[in-house]
Amino acid sequence: MISLLMRDLRLAVRAGGGFGLGLAFFLIVTVLVPLGVGPETGLLAKIAPGILWIGALLACLLSLDRIFALDWEDGSLDLLATAPLPMEGIVSIKALAHWLTTGLPLVIVAPGLGVLLSLPQGGYFWIVVSLLLGSPALSVIGTFGAALTVGLKRGGLLLSLLVLPLYVPTLVFGAEVARRGAEGFAVQTPLLMLAGISFGAVALLPFASAAVLRINLR
Amino acid sequence: MSIWEYANPVKFIKTTDRLMPYMAVGAVVCLVSGLIWGFFFTPDDYRQGSTVKIIYLHVPAALMAINAWLMMLVASLVWIVRRHHVSALAARAAAPIGAVMTIIALATGAIWGQPMWGTWWVWDPRLTSFLILFLFYLGYMALWEAIENDDTAADLTSILCLVGSVFAVLSRYAVLFWNQGLHQGASLSLDKEEHVHDVYSNPLYVCIAGFILLFIALVFLRTQTEIRARRARALIARERLA
Repeated sequence: MISLLMRDLRLAVRAGGGFGLGLAFFLIVTVLVPLGVGPETGLLAKIAPGILWIGALLACLLSLDRIFALDWEDGSLDLLATAPLPMEGIVSIKALAHWLTTGLPLVIVAPGLGVLLSLPQGGYFWIVVSLLLGSPALSVIGTFGAALTVGLKRGGLLLSLLVLPLYVPTLVFGAEVARRGAEGFAVQTPLLMLAGISFGAVALLPFASAAVLRINLR
Repeated sequence: MSIWEYANPVKFIKTTDRLMPYMAVGAVVCLVSGLIWGFFFTPDDYRQGSTVKIIYLHVPAALMAINAWLMMLVASLVWIVRRHHVSALAARAAAPIGAVMTIIALATGAIWGQPMWGTWWVWDPRLTSFLILFLFYLGYMALWEAIENDDTAADLTSILCLVGSVFAVLSRYAVLFWNQGLHQGASLSLDKEEHVHDVYSNPLYVCIAGFILLFIALVFLRTQTEIRARRARALIARERLA
């Protein structure tokens, strides 16, 4: 499993694309928002947590189809399926690799982009915490969506249609944590809910993804 | 004699053919009488005026929007556990009906909300969760359309339905988190306190019965269509081989 993880990470870094692309997309979204709504500091500060969350979510979505698509095309997914590894393990490792190459970098650059949106002082810590807690859920849910659409020719659009509604609870609680943190309110309740959703998704969804992948490889 | 007999498509078509006229006539009778009763023979509300009467479309449609998803969930489970094709096709048949019910509920709600709340749309928990439910319907239908192999499509969509149900419930409670919103609480409940008055609720029950019968009739019809379409495809495939 470790070697599978290392392989995926190496592929992601060396083959280009996924790694830098998600970050660049995140940057562009956060740059476009002030251009769209105007540079007024007060308004930007108010919507900054939500924008950062939506930007991270879309950047995450962008790289989802790469989780399985390449391995599906060159047949290595079939090899993996016959390897002495449980399918749930493969799916979890794939999700972990996706999180390490997409989710984690997004978490790291989010405070920097917060500056662009004049995020209030208290918000920086909470945006990092909420993204750190929420992004694993984004990766795991996305892996489920990617597994659903793996065999399809134009799965990209369908993937977003399937995955975005599933992102709703994570987004609501994650953005709520960041918003309350930025405005200096207590964040405990949404933070616990976010953590609950995240850990629940990480624990349970790999089973669904594995079942779906088995059906698709049948 | 068990319910699984109806998993046989022939038996299913035969039985539903016999039941469907009753359902359809019942639906028409209930809807016509319920709507006429509701629209013309109930008093205007002292605050809302005659706009209160949109309840006779709004509440049953909203009810069916949720129950259609529940029906799909049960049918999906039956497909996963017992692999009866009719069940998968019934789930597929129910999805567009549920989506249309969701649209009706949202549209009538908007038309009702405009004079009452002064706005067509607010991000109120109930409204938001219905919009999200609609997105789930869209995704479900799109996945059915996208996959060519029937069995694969049935498997994948039923798993999507299961996972989607969990997330739909989560979303419902996530948006509740914001605030209570403008929408009133339950109009019909066993708790008499928040119940609407009998003058309004009696025609409402008739309308709900009409919507339920209409839903059943439509699901029967669409499931039959799906079965026949699949048969036709199988025949064409066999012709080609021969």
